Amino acid sequence: MNAQPAPLTATVRHNRVDLALHRLAEDSSGASVHPLLRLHGLGESTLPEAAEPVVWPGAVYGLDFTGHGASTLPVGGGYTSEILVGDVDAALQHLDSPVTILGRGLGAYIGMLAAAARPDVVMGVVLADGPGLAGGGVHPGSPALVRPAERTGTPVPYALLELARDVRPADYARNFAGYAMEGSDLDLPLWVATVVRPAWLEAIVGEPGVGEGSIERGLATYASPGV
Amino acid sequence: MKDPAAAEPPDEPGAGGTTIDVARAYPGARRPDRRRTVDSGGVGLAVSEWGDEGAPPLVLAHGGFDFAGTFDVFAPMLADAGWRVVAWDQRGHGDSDRAHLYSWEADLRDAAAVIGTLPPGRLPFVGHSKGGNLVTHLANALPHRISALVNLDGLPSHRAMSDMSDHERARRIREEIDNWLAHRRSLVGKQRRPGTIDELAERRGRMNPRMSREWLRYLVTVGANEAEDGWRWKIDPTMRMGGFGPWRPQWSLLQLPGVGVPVLGVLGLELEVMGWGTQPDEVLPYLPAGARFEGLEGVGHFVHIEQPGLVADLITEFLQ
Repeated sequence: MNAQPAPLTATVRHNRVDLALHRLAEDSSGASVHPLLRLHGLGESTLPEAAEPVVWPGAVYGLDFTGHGASTLPVGGGYTSEILVGDVDAALQHLDSPVTILGRGLGAYIGMLAAAARPDVVMGVVLADGPGLAGGGVHPGSPALVRPAERTGTPVPYALLELARDVRPADYARNFAGYAMEGSDLDLPLWVATVVRPAWLEAIVGEPGVGEGSIERGLATYASPGV
Repeated sequence: MKDPAAAEPPDEPGAGGTTIDVARAYPGARRPDRRRTVDSGGVGLAVSEWGDEGAPPLVLAHGGFDFAGTFDVFAPMLADAGWRVVAWDQRGHGDSDRAHLYSWEADLRDAAAVIGTLPPGRLPFVGHSKGGNLVTHLANALPHRISALVNLDGLPSHRAMSDMSDHERARRIREEIDNWLAHRRSLVGKQRRPGTIDELAERRGRMNPRMSREWLRYLVTVGANEAEDGWRWKIDPTMRMGGFGPWRPQWSLLQLPGVGVPVLGVLGLELEVMGWGTQPDEVLPYLPAGARFEGLEGVGHFVHIEQPGLVADLITEFLQ
């Protein structure tokens, strides 16, 4: 149902990083439905992995996170999930419109944080299975000084290493789900569509404002006006 | 909080020569005997060394928003006591490269890259503030390299938030997220504000109200660059205190009990703008057996700058 033009890529600046924001589909609704922003999993990129079509009546965009896909590949690591929330915020500023987020794996976690940080413009997040969903667990592990083998290209190995170790306490996730709920006009600002439920995600399932079901049902919920 | 002016010495009457000559004449300050660069995954780190190159090495880590030049009085004292003192500017600080990204993990890895350039074997790790926290983590990550740990006012406290209601805490965190995102949106092309030596010293003095104006002016001459429109601090203007994330102070305290080498913990007991305001009763339960603890009355967070001789003597005696 979406018109499928060749993807157009905009460059969105976040500090010293140029982020690639791909337009994957045009608005085909004629009813001004807000866009869908797709966030890929750890080590993935919007094109081609996360670009399989989904049912969404409005325009569809995909953001390549820092160190991934066509975005800047930083030198020397230093990744945190919170910096990737800054990536999403840069995309939100560029789009200048409310969006619904569909996030895979790492992108699901980042989408959840973004919904809490910008509850006024994030019109629901569908959390889907994908690489990097678990992160590094709910407690820090023993400090380890691992340096990835030097390699060029995407994804940057530091991103793979550091974002796989990113600590995600259950109460931290629960607080953020709460912020998303408090700041949103939606009844269910978060929608869990994953089969896998790491501890941070288990902690928010069943909380007020968190729906459960398939990706399609989640998207349909957020695409319907007045929900 | 003390009146900042109270800590300042009177201006030098009739000081001659150029501004730089005056500022660089800080009593006891000695620039590093050697400078070199260490590569950490593509990020160049400026390393400063004081003392005989053949002397036993000692690693010295600075705090957040500081740089190795803040050791220009303290490090020579340790060098004169027989150590090869090795300090480095953390990424984004001092003369090290500005990075795309900053994180705790990256700082730990950078520290390990510097230590990796030193001769094999065990050596003392000394750190102030964030640097104290870094070396405490390194004691767990590199137990085969450390011979003794000295933490100078570098243990975070959870007290700042502990007496707050859940509702108030949530409000504060939301506010911090908003501020942080606004900051991220403001960064493209950001530069530090230029000024005279006195203006930069005055700005720094707001964070370091117990430091003398003479010392702050000296710091400008080693921690800032001069351009046609004035001086700018070298530190990456995109870095900022605070932010949000899952980190909690307890995670750092939990690094202490397992440290298997002699530990000296020093706290400055005067509360001030910088520093965690950590009190002895919060730290003592986490000290490993046999650790030595010194709480310094009437001394602020920058223990090694306010009392360089006292702290250097404490460390020298402890390491004997």
